[in-house]
Amino acid sequence: MNRTKRILVMLLLITLLLSAAPLASAQTELSLWYHGAGNPEERAVLLNVIDDFNASQSDWSVVIEEFPQESYNSSIVAAALTGDLPDIIDVDAPVMPGWAWSGYMAPLNLSEGALDGFLPGAVGVYNGEVYAVGLWDAVVAIYARRSVLEANDIRIPTLEEPWTGEEFDAVLETLQATGDFENAFDVGMAWKGEWYTYAFSPFLQSFGGDMIDRETYLTAEGVLNGEAGLAFGEWWQSLFERGLVPGTSQDGADRDTGFLDGKYALQWNGNWAARAAVEAFGDDALFLPAPDFGSGSTIGAASWQFGISSTSEHPEGANAFIEFAIQDEYLVDFSNFGGLAPATASAAAESDLYYEGGPLEVFFGLSQAQALVRPVTPGYANLSLSFKKALADIADGADVQDALDAAVDEIEQDIEDNGGYGFGDM
Amino acid sequence: MNAMSFETRHNLSIGLRYALLILIATIFIFPILFMVMSSLKPDLQMLRDTASLRAFLPVGDISLNNYAEAFERVPIVQFAFNSVFTTSVSVAASLLLNSMAAFSFAFLQWRGKAILLSLIIATFIVPFEVIAIPMLLVANNLPWIGPEGIEIGWLNSYHVQIIPFIADSLGIFLFYQYFRDLPDELVEAARIDGASIWQIYARIIMPIAGPIVATAAILKFLVMWNAYIWPLMTIRSEELRPIMVGLQYFFQLNVAWGEIMAYLSMVTIPVLIFYLALQRAFIESIATSGIKG
Repeated sequence: MNRTKRILVMLLLITLLLSAAPLASAQTELSLWYHGAGNPEERAVLLNVIDDFNASQSDWSVVIEEFPQESYNSSIVAAALTGDLPDIIDVDAPVMPGWAWSGYMAPLNLSEGALDGFLPGAVGVYNGEVYAVGLWDAVVAIYARRSVLEANDIRIPTLEEPWTGEEFDAVLETLQATGDFENAFDVGMAWKGEWYTYAFSPFLQSFGGDMIDRETYLTAEGVLNGEAGLAFGEWWQSLFERGLVPGTSQDGADRDTGFLDGKYALQWNGNWAARAAVEAFGDDALFLPAPDFGSGSTIGAASWQFGISSTSEHPEGANAFIEFAIQDEYLVDFSNFGGLAPATASAAAESDLYYEGGPLEVFFGLSQAQALVRPVTPGYANLSLSFKKALADIADGADVQDALDAAVDEIEQDIEDNGGYGFGDM
Repeated sequence: MNAMSFETRHNLSIGLRYALLILIATIFIFPILFMVMSSLKPDLQMLRDTASLRAFLPVGDISLNNYAEAFERVPIVQFAFNSVFTTSVSVAASLLLNSMAAFSFAFLQWRGKAILLSLIIATFIVPFEVIAIPMLLVANNLPWIGPEGIEIGWLNSYHVQIIPFIADSLGIFLFYQYFRDLPDELVEAARIDGASIWQIYARIIMPIAGPIVATAAILKFLVMWNAYIWPLMTIRSEELRPIMVGLQYFFQLNVAWGEIMAYLSMVTIPVLIFYLALQRAFIESIATSGIKG
């Protein structure tokens, strides 16, 4: 009997040891959803980061699922509905507050100092907590040609001394009057999506207005449709009335090639298009700061970032991955392969395009000096829609005050419908 | 003289008719021609050509590079397989199920038939977008027998792309309309000869339902081949995605227009082949419906 018992205990111990051995060495899987399916350069770098992370430690193994960018948000919302969110979420910065407020995301828990030196646009802060961090940023500038500006005796603006509003207006008039261009300035009216808010709201902010009162995030009254907003709207409308910019019916093909073809003298565009301009014009290509309409030069900021889902069973693993991914080494890789602006100055210095004297160095400086993130509110999606509609209506000749008032009404109604989005009682 | 004049008028009439038909055909063909020609050109050339007739001609820098790059960007073979598989199974299953349901409505007598048929037809007015989220929640809680036994949740699978779309009101209605107009004597004679319900369905009715089978098959094929919203909501893994979701892979910051045209050209080919294969029966079905209507 004793012998039988001993054998049974031995067998039990062996079984336990055999089953525990693989557990001890197995890595726990962390799911990561990524928006860049179909973007081979960016994807290759991310896969490399994941491989390095998985090989660097024995606790976690990140498994990627890729989604196309256009439909990524729908997939996340569907997953949230079915309780199927991944551990690590890739999130577009202005969408992050909405997902945090909806309970899809949890704050990050990174080591102290992990985000030192990051561009402000690359750190996703909501309600005083960091929810996401980006490995790069997107930067907008005025594309120009040195030869065109010099031929027309136009001063080349600098970060320290950008064009003033009046000066910029005169530049556009001068270039239009040459007759060499269909329009002096291509602002990108053909890109009817988020571009309108991302690219054009900085003009409003430079006039002294904004899409919403950032002190309270509870009203847009007097901010979007106040004196500054009205001044911006009238200037915006005059661009179209004077034929200085293409209208809302601009052909997408012209947007893509118009500046390169010489159809437009200047273009408002992001750093993702800069390589083509440098290839086409070499040293003649210039990337200039936004004009200052009185309240400083401003450009939009913040691109895709990584955060963790609130339903993750392994937030410590997800945080570990994000902290691993934001090493300069990988910021440089993303920049070199995808042409994006690295999120830190030290990574920019090591990159192929943004180093001191590099072809796209100016974009990093622009981001450091002029970037202002879009309103950090869960109501951003609706805010952006109302603003876009107002911009398009004004461009098409609508009464400026009426269009801005209508946008304010929509924004305020949405804030009220959603109980203030957590910013206060409504 | 009168006869010649008549002949001239007749020829003129035919000429005008052909001219009109050619014009209409051109309107329909030009987008396809634009798509195919653009798929052979680099992006910049393609965008510049859109302003002229060059857009419809194989001129300039012509190559198959866009096709090669499209294959590199998107797992086209995998996506095509997924679409062919889910579409084929859905079409076959829906033809069987919907025709059987319609047969029951048309030839069998049972209580509540009229009300149920009305309810089925009433679902025409409910757009898919309205029921998508409830369907998603239901699909997420349905059981399935998998390799590890009974699992809860259909998401991220082939069957979630197929089963919810097998029974559909349009298919049932199409078959029902067709069956209802068949002479009752067909069924009665078969019954007198001792045929069972299944035999009447399989050996008498379905063999003469070719035109409506073709129509229902084409309509179901198009719906399934173009599936987009539902796979977006239910499929997580790339290896299970259908071909239409792949189109989104090309919309990056710098849109790859040439590759999009190449991808669309490849996606369109199966649709054309399927339609051409069933074209005769499809037209016959429409013509027959016209006479009956």
